[in-house]
Amino acid sequence: MIREFGFPELLFVLEGARWTILLSALAFVCGGALGLAVALARTARSRALRWGATVYIQIFQGTPLLIQLFFVFFGLPLLGLQLNVWLAVTIGLALHASGYLGEIWRGGIQAVPAGQVEAARALGLGYRSAMIDVVLPQALRISLPATVGFLVNLVKGTALAALLGLTEATRAGQLMSNITFEPLRVYSAVGLVYFAICLPLTLWSARLERRLLRRG
Amino acid sequence: MTYQFDFSPLLTYWPELAAGMVQTLRISCIAMVAGLVLGIALTALRMSPSRPLRWLAVSYIELVRNTPFLVQIFFIFFGLPALGLRFDATQAAVLAMSLNCSAYAAEIVRGGVQAVPKGQVEAGRALGLGTADIYRFIVFRPAIRAIYPSLCSQFVLLMLNSSLVAAISAEELTYAAQMIDNRTFRSFEIFAVVGLLYLALSQCLSLVLAAIGRAYFSYPSK
Amino acid sequence: MEQSAAPAIRLEHVSKWFGKLKVLQDVDLTVNRGEHIVLCGPSGSGKSTLIRCINRIEEVQEGRILVDGVELRGDGRNAEDIRRHVGMVFQQFNLFPHMTALENCMLAPRRIHRIGKDEARARAMGHLERVHLADHAQKYPAQLSGGQQQRVAIARALCMNPDILLFDEPTSALDPEMVKEVLDTMVELADAGITMICVTHEMGFARAVAHRVIFMDRGEILESAPPEEFFSAPRHERARTFLGQILNH
Repeated sequence: MIREFGFPELLFVLEGARWTILLSALAFVCGGALGLAVALARTARSRALRWGATVYIQIFQGTPLLIQLFFVFFGLPLLGLQLNVWLAVTIGLALHASGYLGEIWRGGIQAVPAGQVEAARALGLGYRSAMIDVVLPQALRISLPATVGFLVNLVKGTALAALLGLTEATRAGQLMSNITFEPLRVYSAVGLVYFAICLPLTLWSARLERRLLRRG
Repeated sequence: MTYQFDFSPLLTYWPELAAGMVQTLRISCIAMVAGLVLGIALTALRMSPSRPLRWLAVSYIELVRNTPFLVQIFFIFFGLPALGLRFDATQAAVLAMSLNCSAYAAEIVRGGVQAVPKGQVEAGRALGLGTADIYRFIVFRPAIRAIYPSLCSQFVLLMLNSSLVAAISAEELTYAAQMIDNRTFRSFEIFAVVGLLYLALSQCLSLVLAAIGRAYFSYPSK
Repeated sequence: MEQSAAPAIRLEHVSKWFGKLKVLQDVDLTVNRGEHIVLCGPSGSGKSTLIRCINRIEEVQEGRILVDGVELRGDGRNAEDIRRHVGMVFQQFNLFPHMTALENCMLAPRRIHRIGKDEARARAMGHLERVHLADHAQKYPAQLSGGQQQRVAIARALCMNPDILLFDEPTSALDPEMVKEVLDTMVELADAGITMICVTHEMGFARAVAHRVIFMDRGEILESAPPEEFFSAPRHERARTFLGQILNH
């Protein structure tokens, strides 16, 4: 029996969207923690650390997210790491996010005037305190618009989990499309669900950027 | 269990990998050109005096920028045939990539046009030039130059995102990788190698785009 | 365009607002052919706005503007035709940064007069020669000094064979040592008999070439007199204050 794309089917997509949001949040938090380490390494005094972080960023910004996910999901289990799809996708997206956020925050840290670090050090603050109390708060403010902008990309990136079989919004759409034979309506609805999640973030990012530009 | 790395099965499939790389570059380059041209047209619409046209352009740009590329591909490949628009996988891939690229390009190009000082347009008008000539001869090159680096990053991103068209079985590098993976079960090796191939493609693309920028969009500045 | 008996420029009861601020108040002005006018006044007095209205880079809300007897239409449809024989030189030069000095001069004649490349080049070189920059024809604006850029801008305007030249504070953005070369070029142009309206505070230039000095303040023309009269015995109180400020500084 062919079903119509009605309210229960839309509800199924919306339930999938819950996982889209959860996945985005998980990847953002884990990727953020890792990305902070990458940004600090990228701006560290040690040449080896800087070089390592540069290569790391290059790898994640120079290869497709899909290949990164395939590598984690299909490749790593061969080394004996048994990952379920949730864990694999979260790890893949978090690694991906850490590369991009690392680069964004690197820019933010370097945009803080050198005099700020010098002043902090002159007051006798150690690296840790100079970073946590003086540099990072300013760097974060500078890079907030780009960070929110990347969050939009991350939400859209979670759609790739569908190709690994995780039933988030896009996969839910695929399933509904298969039983209703109404791909046009289904994928329009799926698109609008993402639009509803992403547009507020995009607008917020643009507002943050305007505010930053005004303050100079 | 210890896994024995074996890259040798990949060697058998190097023609498929090479063909995949060529195809990835081909569809990406078509989409870049088409996307930039469409993006410029969208920018023109967005700056037109007609409010409905402006609204239409902004809606299109924001709709594309705030939905996943994968959903756009599915919409075009699976959804549009319901309206009588049928494409094969590669056509759908190129169309999706071009349309996707156009929205991002439009957003970037608008920034470039805004970066050109107002005095430039006034000088053109004072000489008696019409609007089309002013944009073509006076605004275009400085505008593109101002945003060229962002445009290049967007193009590299487009090339990387082209991997998603494997989802509708359009033949390119990722599709080739999946095919080889299905035959050899050497997932670790194949996706590591294909990752490196993409890395090489993106580096080469950046270099070529930078050279094009130096040749066509550079001029002495203070 | 046919040479007619009409004055080069005629403004009748021209008023203009920026939002609620009235920047031109009922301005009447007639400029004859070959006449050289210097427009001066404190900053914000509306003098730049006034000349920007003459080639309709700014719109006016009230009154009529006639150039060579042709009225500028309210909808701006004939603005391009008018601009083609009204040249303009800007405070910030506004040279096109991606074109050489020569290309800057060739663009408009090629696109508007539809002349060939060789003819456009010959014409451009002629005018670059006239401003003593033929040797710099192949340089980009960024490779030229401010004074040289402004002279290229003058040559660019001349390439359209304008009947009228408008100068909007052509020397205020220049380093002091470069002011003279630009003023000298403008004096040579004046000697050639072209109609000129020049917004400037260079009173030496006004004395040397102006037939009339017009003093504006708060959007109004307060005084219009030959330079010797204006400088020795300004009638209006605000003109006296203004002269005192710029001559003592």
